[in-house]
Amino acid sequence: MSGSTTGGPAAPEARNPGALPQAESSMLPALAVSGISKRFLGVHALNRVDFDVHHGEVHVLLGENGAGKSTLMKILSGVYARDEGRIFIDGREVEPQDPRHAQTLGISIIYQTFSQALDLSIAENLFLGREPLKPWGTIDTRKTRAMSRAALARVGLTADPDTLVKKLSIAQRQMVEIAKALTLDAQIVIMDEPTSALTDRETDRLFEIIHSLKADGRAIIYISHRLEEVARIADRVTVLRDGRAVATVAAAEVEIPRLISLMVGRDLDRAALSDQVGPRPEVLRVTGLSRAGILHGVGFSLHEGEILALAGLVGSGRTELARAVFGCDPINAGEIQVKGQVVRIDRPGDAVAHGLGFVTEDRLVSGLLMTMSTGANATLPSLRQFDALGGLFFSFARERAAAQHYIQELHVQPAAPERNVRLLSGGNQQKVVLAKWLMARSDILILDEPTQGIDVGAKEDVHRLMVEFARERRGAILLISSDLPEVLRMSDRILVMREGRIAGELERSDATQERVMNLAVGGRPRDGAAAAQPRGG
Amino acid sequence: MAVRDAPPRAQRPEAPPIDRGRLGRRFWGPLRDVILDNPAVFMAGILLAMWLILSRLSPHFFTVNNLFEITVQAAVIALIAIGQTFVILSAGIDLSVGAVLAAAAVTASLVMESGYGLTAGIAAALLCGAAFGAANGVAIGVLGIPPFVATLGMMGIARGYALIVTSGIPVFTLAEGFEVLGQGRVADVVPVPTLITLALYVLGFVILSRTRLGRYTYAIGSNLQATTFSGVNVTRYLIVIYSVSGITAAVAGLIEASRIGSGQPASGVGYELDSITAVVIGGTSLFGGQGNLFASLIGALIIATLRNGLNVLGVFAFWQMVAIGAILIAAVYLDRWRRRSRGE
Repeated sequence: MSGSTTGGPAAPEARNPGALPQAESSMLPALAVSGISKRFLGVHALNRVDFDVHHGEVHVLLGENGAGKSTLMKILSGVYARDEGRIFIDGREVEPQDPRHAQTLGISIIYQTFSQALDLSIAENLFLGREPLKPWGTIDTRKTRAMSRAALARVGLTADPDTLVKKLSIAQRQMVEIAKALTLDAQIVIMDEPTSALTDRETDRLFEIIHSLKADGRAIIYISHRLEEVARIADRVTVLRDGRAVATVAAAEVEIPRLISLMVGRDLDRAALSDQVGPRPEVLRVTGLSRAGILHGVGFSLHEGEILALAGLVGSGRTELARAVFGCDPINAGEIQVKGQVVRIDRPGDAVAHGLGFVTEDRLVSGLLMTMSTGANATLPSLRQFDALGGLFFSFARERAAAQHYIQELHVQPAAPERNVRLLSGGNQQKVVLAKWLMARSDILILDEPTQGIDVGAKEDVHRLMVEFARERRGAILLISSDLPEVLRMSDRILVMREGRIAGELERSDATQERVMNLAVGGRPRDGAAAAQPRGG
Repeated sequence: MAVRDAPPRAQRPEAPPIDRGRLGRRFWGPLRDVILDNPAVFMAGILLAMWLILSRLSPHFFTVNNLFEITVQAAVIALIAIGQTFVILSAGIDLSVGAVLAAAAVTASLVMESGYGLTAGIAAALLCGAAFGAANGVAIGVLGIPPFVATLGMMGIARGYALIVTSGIPVFTLAEGFEVLGQGRVADVVPVPTLITLALYVLGFVILSRTRLGRYTYAIGSNLQATTFSGVNVTRYLIVIYSVSGITAAVAGLIEASRIGSGQPASGVGYELDSITAVVIGGTSLFGGQGNLFASLIGALIIATLRNGLNVLGVFAFWQMVAIGAILIAAVYLDRWRRRSRGE
């Protein structure tokens, strides 16, 4: 813990007028929340959070994945009902019922994962549900198109309003989403990690838009975990950690290293993984792997006892690479070597036979059998180990004993193999998926977003298991993660993917969030931000 | 480090008690749990209740002979329902079983008519059933055709085959001793079809609960993708699962042919729907991954009991169809209610 500022929520010093460029501090905040709490299954997602934003102010909400940022936003937009706390707009208490009601209250939200109708045009998406009508009740397409053009011009997107949204790139869709929020003419604009899919140029454009919104006197809540953005746009910063607002500070008065220690609750710990000792034999080598339109000549090698991270934006081909290596998707070209032998992997069974294991991104879709027991899930890839009577049957008793053993070793709660896996929490379900591969004695694990959507304690457990697997069992891990602190903390080497190619490789010692992101988006280092980037231990 | 991610898991949110009456509170709670955890138990209860009611209504119903008669009447559908249960557990459906039954029956009949004997006839029927089943499995597992479509197509092919090889004329010349299969009684009491059915149910149950094939059948139905990603050769197991269905349809065909004393190319029409009805009444989920084989036996017995009982009572045959349809819908409603109560 880094001492001094475990500040109370919305620390008073931050309210001083100097922090507000527009000097509107005498007025009521545009939006204020006080004492907001929300529990999921008894765990606090938000714990008595106080927060406010004034007209003409950009207030950045900073925190790691799972800190509670998105939950707070969903409460403001009426998606979730809060357990306690009050919400005020311009001093008047309000009760957002649902996203539509929140809109009428003047709150507009730009989501991180957008909910666009892909088969409709840009214009139709922009005015979905509030189409301008002709007097006799049909849609006034001409007006829709004109208004769309104006909105798109505002965000600097030069696409035709009749273009179908599915034809747009992710970044363009993001700009459409921003344009949509602008057409709502909301007084309070909330942006949830809007730059995660944007290039440098688009980011610059977005920041210009934010500045103009600010000059209009709008209040902007900007959610992010990217520190370099704080310096560029924030007036004030509130750091969320484990559902608490641990500090609110004026952006001008805070150093980035301090924000990091506030975010993670400790000085940045890069030492989760001990250094590797000596050269290690190569266990997996992929060369020239291609899949039409998706992967273009990807190659890498993975060594015994190593954790290799695969970073990059969502959609850069990381998951597709993992699926291709594991035999889930066909490949057009490329060679895979396991422990020095060239192998053919046509289907996942071949990969499993060569000692690979795959923890997929979405455990509900491709990881678990939700109608079946914890034990049956854990032993699915390794059922053959319990063969009895010459393989005619399998031994219930031995299966159960093995499942019990691993479930306990991985701290799955409750430690009951008969328990239906559906009844476990997300973190425990994820451990069951890991147990599958440990029981199958895989020595090469591909982990795709292994800690996404699980709580902090389970995340620690998963990290501990990874270290144990790599360092003690001498296994090798290919870690796909969008959580940059996790990537930096948990890997020996980092490969960054962009548009189906390996964009670069970083050694553990010289990897920073900034460098990874620059490779991921294909930008050049920004001078100011690069200098501000802290270097951990 | 300490494991912190196990929030004290609250008990499953209980639905508010429906019946607040004195008796209701005492008995409904525990009974409800048993039903929720095991729909087969509930259906067995329904079957017993039907027997009780029918025995009150008619003195002819509750006799050893009539009860055995019910099991014989149930045998053909019950046998088909074994394979159908495998298929439905794997989240598939087999519409070809009725036609495969006829194909296997005429194949056996023709082989016996040609003088190759009893054993050859039976073997030919089983091979025929397995071949049609495997073809279903290949269409589904290799070609990726949805089970409904693949087996609908196979239904036409198998029926056409049965009609072509017999020119549409029933085969009456069968091997010596073949009649025992469908008409024989052990110790002059227990019907042979009843014993064969029971034996195959026991075998099927053991396969489903104690072998890899069985576990993978449930797994494929529960989550095909997760099963594939776990390294299971799903294609191969789908072929085996549909072959099981073909084989049990063939056994049913042998028994049917033996009972009526001829190989009928037009037999088994509509049996696919009866077998699906039996499986679903037994509480096996059409979405796959959940269910119990013996529940399908109970389902088949319920259908047979309903037909028999309504016959004994002199209810017109057309009304029996209405009753069976109503039971099916009620059973599926029960399944939905059960899932909702368990928070699925």
